[in-house]
Amino acid sequence: MFRNNYDNDSVTFSPQGRIFQVEYAQEAVKQGSVVVGVVSKTHAVLAAIKRNAEELSSYQKKIIPIDSHYGIALAGLASDARVLSNFMKQQSLASRLTYDRAIPLSEITTRIADRAQTNTQQYGRRPYGVGLLIAGVDAKGPHLFEFQPSGVTQEMVACGIGARSQMARTYLERNLDEFDDASREELIKHALRALKESLSQDKELTIDNTSIGVGGVNENFKLYEGQEIAGWLETTFESRESAPEGGEGMEVDS
Amino acid sequence: MNHLPQAWGRPRDDVYGAYDSSHLQTSGPNQHTQSPVVTGTSVVAVKFKDGVVIAADNLASYGSLARFTDVKRLRRFNSQVVVGFGGDVSDMQYLDRLLNSLDIRENYSSASDSPLHAKNLHTYLSKVMYKRRSDFNPLWNHLLVAGLDGEQKPFLASADLLGTTFASSTLATGFGAHLAQPILRRTVPDEDSVQKVTKEQAVELVKECMKVLFYRDARSMDKYSIAVVTKEGVDLKEDEKLEKQSWAFAEGIRGYGTQIN
Repeated sequence: MFRNNYDNDSVTFSPQGRIFQVEYAQEAVKQGSVVVGVVSKTHAVLAAIKRNAEELSSYQKKIIPIDSHYGIALAGLASDARVLSNFMKQQSLASRLTYDRAIPLSEITTRIADRAQTNTQQYGRRPYGVGLLIAGVDAKGPHLFEFQPSGVTQEMVACGIGARSQMARTYLERNLDEFDDASREELIKHALRALKESLSQDKELTIDNTSIGVGGVNENFKLYEGQEIAGWLETTFESRESAPEGGEGMEVDS
Repeated sequence: MNHLPQAWGRPRDDVYGAYDSSHLQTSGPNQHTQSPVVTGTSVVAVKFKDGVVIAADNLASYGSLARFTDVKRLRRFNSQVVVGFGGDVSDMQYLDRLLNSLDIRENYSSASDSPLHAKNLHTYLSKVMYKRRSDFNPLWNHLLVAGLDGEQKPFLASADLLGTTFASSTLATGFGAHLAQPILRRTVPDEDSVQKVTKEQAVELVKECMKVLFYRDARSMDKYSIAVVTKEGVDLKEDEKLEKQSWAFAEGIRGYGTQIN
């Protein structure tokens, strides 16, 4: 009866000037689990909560290293992120082969933005249902870019996207002044604390559900998962009530 | 017979009658460059402690004819790099247009705050050269790329028509590879000695090489271009003249040419 007539495709405006398919795609980003990114003068850090579909399954990958100097974190449709990350890997490799140059982050960001925008302007196509944080270091230092399904990209000092990410962003806004001069370790802690903020009451950061990606000046982008992040989780949340699980993670029968 | 080029090498109409153009094939196998036509000779370059000096004369020869005497064979790229071209001049002009479009693309792209440096450009040009030789349609050039690399250190490397690359503290193409290279190596025998060479010494050295090349290379000329690339940018002079020539040595040469005794 009151069906929306303007959301059948991504090329039709509603009378209010909106493109519903693009807005729905942005909803898909909000369904994804939260990812945050922060940059200092020397480092760029991504942190993400991984989800598992069921207890017996593995966790969905949230941070993808693309080239030795940068990586992405995704929120939304993981399969769309795979398409984009493959494209980014190709473009990054092409840049290294033809110019012997690590592709500038602003450049790769505009390239995926152009791709995403095309999808919103052609009949029979759909927007990507994924938001990305692109973080790493290029010739001009550390960078963090946010990418949205609409094709909008922005350079950020700190950013959070995904489910309940507003809480993470609030934390980041409150601590904005500290990021610029933060050390590598401090920056990782900030990212983890921001991540923790947007977690629901009954959930915890564990070595199983948390991913951290770090890139820095003279330091390759590296993804840290599992036991490697136990130390960071412990030191970041040591003041918390009782965090014995934090370190070892697995629940052991006693 | 008339003076028009399209009649050259054709049977004369007044002797054999009008040419039956049905003999001319309109289609046939694709033909690629088999040899260079209008050519530039040596390019000479040497690194010094703060940058690179590169030079090439302004002559484009048509075989042994000194056909064009104002051809600039050094090309500046984005105020940080100089490319020197030896070999076919039309292929040089093609590469020039290619570099122009690359420069424009780079300036419009979001990456323009970190411009391509000499190493980037050399990698790119070597890929272009190798692609073309792999198509059996080579660009008949020998290029020298001079500038600074990503760490602002002097960079000098070559790429030839086969896509072969070579980097050294002294480089010369064409005749200069035989005549100038040994002279350059007297002053700069290895990478370490680059640190001891000043800009003035390097410029003098390259000018000396250009002079020796003019003495002995019959496809060379006494007007040349010279460029100095440093952190401050490119200082390119395109209308230099060889100075202090001395042909006294020519008297002593025996064994060819017109001689009295």
